[in-house]
Amino acid sequence: MNLWNRLMCYSRRRSPWLFHMNSGSCNGCDIELVASLTPRYDAEQLGVRLEGSPRHADILCITGPVTRNSVQAIETVYGQVGSPKAVVAIGSCPASTNVFIDSRVLDGPLNRHIPVDVFVPGCPPRPDAILQGIAAAAKKLAERGAQRPAVQPASAPDSTGVQS
Amino acid sequence: MNLTTALARLLIFPGLLFAVPGAWLFLWIERKAVAMMQQRIGPPFMQPFFDFIKLLGKTTPDRSGISGHLMKAWPLLAVSAAAGAVGLLPVLPSSGGFEGDLILLLALMEVPSICVIAAGFSSRSIFAEIGSAREAVLTVSYNVVFLLAIVSIAASQHTFRLESLAQLPATPLRWLGVLAVLVCLPAKLHINPFSLPNAEQEIYSGPMIEYAGPELAMWELSHGLEWVAATGLVATLAVPHFSTWWIDALLLATCSCGIVLLLSVLAAATARLAVDTTARFYWQCTLLFAVLAVSSTLLMRLRT
Repeated sequence: MNLWNRLMCYSRRRSPWLFHMNSGSCNGCDIELVASLTPRYDAEQLGVRLEGSPRHADILCITGPVTRNSVQAIETVYGQVGSPKAVVAIGSCPASTNVFIDSRVLDGPLNRHIPVDVFVPGCPPRPDAILQGIAAAAKKLAERGAQRPAVQPASAPDSTGVQS
Repeated sequence: MNLTTALARLLIFPGLLFAVPGAWLFLWIERKAVAMMQQRIGPPFMQPFFDFIKLLGKTTPDRSGISGHLMKAWPLLAVSAAAGAVGLLPVLPSSGGFEGDLILLLALMEVPSICVIAAGFSSRSIFAEIGSAREAVLTVSYNVVFLLAIVSIAASQHTFRLESLAQLPATPLRWLGVLAVLVCLPAKLHINPFSLPNAEQEIYSGPMIEYAGPELAMWELSHGLEWVAATGLVATLAVPHFSTWWIDALLLATCSCGIVLLLSVLAAATARLAVDTTARFYWQCTLLFAVLAVSSTLLMRLRT
């Protein structure tokens, strides 16, 4: 690996910019994500910046169990994030649809629609767990570089909540 | 004017080669000062550099319905104008080189704002258009005061040349002008309480919303260079002149850093004002100040 590539890898790891998207969350995880930027947890030490536009972001943070209405929006926003990019699913909802399983308004979990790099479980997860997830995603981003992960559509969970 | 010295001044010192690390340093001081005001530790020293390198390596997603050539041109124009403005600062003793006066410096410093307005409108995003409209209102508001202050400084010292202005001893009227310029800087640099155009909680990123990757990196760089040029201008007018050039350069750099710190602390301590409040602040309160400076200068000139 030449010097430029090493510098690029290091910079990607040290400068993850986030875009936060709510796909029908109860707002619990959203509050915790914002809490991780506050003085107590200070995500800016990791180079994290919460951006207003998905075009500026590297890491897409998605909360919520993915309602039918939000699927199109998630796909659009994922397409708007410039490559290389990573996705962090915050909370138990995007990972398994949580207590809303079998709801007719849901089309989750999240990895049926876009490839997810890091799951941060919890209802809601603690801010330090979210920060750990973001750091892990930034590391993945740096290692992966420009190549994008293949979409691995997971099957819908069955009534017992177990993904096959 | 010697072409080699002109190019050296524009590209090496105090031009691009020194201005770009200076821009990153000032961006870092701004973020660090805001973080420390909020009792955070804040970003590491190299953060703006990492951000810049990372943005260079990102791809730009397609923009549907726009060819995008004009959108690519605006950030480049903004960076070159801001770098030209930094190159004009009289850090080195005059030896021919890239010479210009205060009027050229002001014109070059105004180009990035115009580029931001044009970029927002050419990106066709509704949020970008609102941001551009706000930027236009802001430009019209603070520029009246800014230009009047500069005119009063130039008239009180009988010159528009930057070199001579830096060397002349400061008069009380010049301090009044410097103060008026300092009041305009937060609006010129889009920081709180005048961060209307890029109000991230209301209109996302304002005019920058459709930009990504290397183009966004250029916008960040031009913003940093604007910091260097604007604080450098105030430092040039405020710092006393000595015969040794390196003491002058050191004083200029220290004074610039001090101004960045002052503005960042102001940004951290205040909240964003609405459009009408901002316009009223500049047109009613500060304009009076600037008119006072200009009229007293003219009266002094009539008397002498």
